[in-house]
Amino acid sequence: MKLTLRVWRQKNADADGAMSTYEVDGISPDMSFLEMLDVLNEQLILSGEEPVAFDHDCREGICGACSLVINGDAHGPERTTTCQLHMRSFKDGDTIDIEPWRAAAFPVVKDLVVDRSAFDRIIQAGGYITAPTGSAPEAHATPVPKADADFAFEHAECIGCGACVAACPNGAAMLFTSAKINHLNVLPQGAPERETRVLDMVAQMDAEGFGGCTLTGECATACPKGIPLMSITSMNKEWLRATRKAAKR
Amino acid sequence: MTSYLEYTTGEPVVDTKAPAGPINERWDKRRFEAKLVNPANRRKQTVIVVGTGLAGGSAGATLAEQGYRVVQFCYQDSPRRAHSIAAQGGINAAKNYRNDGDSIHRLFYDTVKGGDFRSRESNVHRLAQISVEIIDQCVAQGVPFAREYGGLLDTRSFGGVQVSRTFYARGQTGQQLLLGAYQALSRQIAAGNIEMHPRTEMLDLIVVDGRARGIVARDLITGKIDTYFADAVVLASGGYGNVFYLSTNAMNSNATAVWRAHRRGAYFANPCFTQIHPTCIPRTGDHQSKLTLMSESLRNDGRIWVPKAKGDTRQPNQIPEDERDYYLERIYPSFGNLVPRDIASRAAKNVCDEGRGVGPGGQGVYLDFADAIRRMGRKKVEEKYGNLFDMYERITAENPYEVPMRIYPAVHYTMGGLWVDYDLQTTIPGLFAVGEANFSDHGANRLGASALMQGLADGYFVLPATINDYLARHPHRDEVTDDHPVVQEVLAETEDRLNLLLSVDGDRTPDSFHRELGELMWEFCGMARTDEGLRKALDRIPQIREEFWRRIKVPGTGEELNQSLEKANRIVDYLELAELMCLDALHRSESCGGHFREESQTPDGEAARKDDEFGYAAAWEFTGTGEAPTLHKEDLVFEYVHPTQRSYA
Repeated sequence: MKLTLRVWRQKNADADGAMSTYEVDGISPDMSFLEMLDVLNEQLILSGEEPVAFDHDCREGICGACSLVINGDAHGPERTTTCQLHMRSFKDGDTIDIEPWRAAAFPVVKDLVVDRSAFDRIIQAGGYITAPTGSAPEAHATPVPKADADFAFEHAECIGCGACVAACPNGAAMLFTSAKINHLNVLPQGAPERETRVLDMVAQMDAEGFGGCTLTGECATACPKGIPLMSITSMNKEWLRATRKAAKR
Repeated sequence: MTSYLEYTTGEPVVDTKAPAGPINERWDKRRFEAKLVNPANRRKQTVIVVGTGLAGGSAGATLAEQGYRVVQFCYQDSPRRAHSIAAQGGINAAKNYRNDGDSIHRLFYDTVKGGDFRSRESNVHRLAQISVEIIDQCVAQGVPFAREYGGLLDTRSFGGVQVSRTFYARGQTGQQLLLGAYQALSRQIAAGNIEMHPRTEMLDLIVVDGRARGIVARDLITGKIDTYFADAVVLASGGYGNVFYLSTNAMNSNATAVWRAHRRGAYFANPCFTQIHPTCIPRTGDHQSKLTLMSESLRNDGRIWVPKAKGDTRQPNQIPEDERDYYLERIYPSFGNLVPRDIASRAAKNVCDEGRGVGPGGQGVYLDFADAIRRMGRKKVEEKYGNLFDMYERITAENPYEVPMRIYPAVHYTMGGLWVDYDLQTTIPGLFAVGEANFSDHGANRLGASALMQGLADGYFVLPATINDYLARHPHRDEVTDDHPVVQEVLAETEDRLNLLLSVDGDRTPDSFHRELGELMWEFCGMARTDEGLRKALDRIPQIREEFWRRIKVPGTGEELNQSLEKANRIVDYLELAELMCLDALHRSESCGGHFREESQTPDGEAARKDDEFGYAAAWEFTGTGEAPTLHKEDLVFEYVHPTQRSYA
């Protein structure tokens, strides 16, 4: 396949960026999208140009590093991560626009690389269960109903890629934040910190400059791991419950 | 300069610090004898941890909980992305919840035997003891392991063992365990006990007066090279499988931290022990950048076969039952499709070499679920393996519910690594190595679901106990600063190396060298090795190295995010490490575990160990680039599990 790529190039966080146009040829439908970008980069290096910087690591859809907006969609046209998107989803002669995540809370670092450290700070605000090493009781001391365990797992699958934020017209991080809150809050082990967790994480999310949620649902559509939109509703419920409880105290 | 092949044999390693006495009392004994640091003094001591995978993440969190000041690094943009996250299958623990005859002793026995008698008994036994605590710890953190309807934890059996001791979280066990460690780490970061440096890569080790006192690291965004000092340094930087270019490792996983430590005096043990995983998705062409593993839990229900006839190009569903060769079930009737990884991988290679491989290029075998779907129903199969099937379909555009999967072996894990004693300390005092970065407890072959177990055992339980002893005995009152001549020298060397890479301005890309080296290693130091092939590789590697420094092209500057520079710098180290791997493989003229020497096999083609000659761990000492290294042998003593030729028939 022969393709025209229009790629966001930006020297660093302070520089202005612009779309640059490149041609790539000999692209096989079996290639992953990132392997196609590898081809472009090899070409660029040999012609003395700087290759396009992009985040990627595991290339098997689990580390959450890759983060491209492809033709306007976070992670491109299939419901998967960019690294698991294959060129068979495109046609010979296509023009493909490639941009970084666009969100106020995710500033561009260079080209297609953005700073997602806001997500780490949301987790640091309460996205954990306090269980210092050595303090754990026997694992079978606390059975967890399978339905709760499955609910926790479904939300724990979040890979922290940030597609939800990139897809949201408001740049909100509700899906990411709710996924962690729901994972931990449903478990008996997570119960003691149930209220502080939701209040602190939501406060941190707001402090990071993520937008508000208008339940557009783009986040859940873009999520490569299928975190459901209902996750946000559950978080809101948790937040209301915690707020009421705090008010009573 | 002497030839690289003319290595010398130095003093054997005699003291591994493992206590004497009954094996099940050794860990208690060591912990009791270890000196402690007064809680009030811990704040004054700094520990650097490099890496945030299972071993590094758990170590950093636990050390910070104990009250030490931790300074931690990862090259990823977040500590949550370390490659432990990609582990699929599960984590072993001798809980015996199934009442199926499991015990600490059995897990110990299985691991020593599975490692083909090339691991240290004391360490392996400790690992088995700690395994049960790991599960408790992870459950307390909220790791959503699979559960039964009664609310108790589910387990399954996993490659190479006959008990169900593997705990799992669908096909994402590594992800869930890592997020548990990452969350514990996050809690400590928020508490101000850990200074976390993401997107920062260790480029060298600072050794002052014979002790590890810090590291040189580069901020990958600004390009700034900085020094960090501490009372002890812990390397948790993972394995070196990416030396093969194509592997199941993450693209940026690399060997620089361990190799630089090796250059500074840490012995590197058993570098030739690499694990080739039998169930990966076959490559599709030259553009391939990495290989994807399909959890070997698939072998519990999938049946592996190839056509009986050579060059059979019919679609798999068109090949009748009696024209299929379920070769693992045929050759190993009692273990069948569950034989250990090295055996399954080599068997796949053999049938492909015979011309019976399937798929493009004949480099694949079928992993067929038709029987499992008939037996359990599609729904049950979906529940057990759904995400793996989806992943397979996304990559290959084939539906494994209808067409058998195609799989082929790929480099997956490295059992070799920095030599460590029972305390996980390297031969440089104050430098510790945990997880895949050390030469570890897996001997010549790692059993499935044991990497996660070892990473977390090292990080949560072993290192935090043993490092106390070192820190208590060596309270560094003297500050090391940038002015120290040793620090100046290490900094200058690092800067010079990067500047040289930027200035060559040749005509070949970093990837082109990496690919060339990887192909060479796969051919001559891969699944089967020969004296002749290894010599060829050893001949060729210095030539590639020479060419590299003449023709490498790295655009851009060092004062910015420069991914080509990062790659090129890692390749510098691969080009030396590869040479040591081949030399180690050449010197070990026996077959054991993942290391198969064609000259050393039984009449029926099985690996033939030579315990009298090679019953040791080979710890290599660096003497200079391209210079013959010095071999130090650690004799392996087996008091509890007596070496037998492995048999899985």
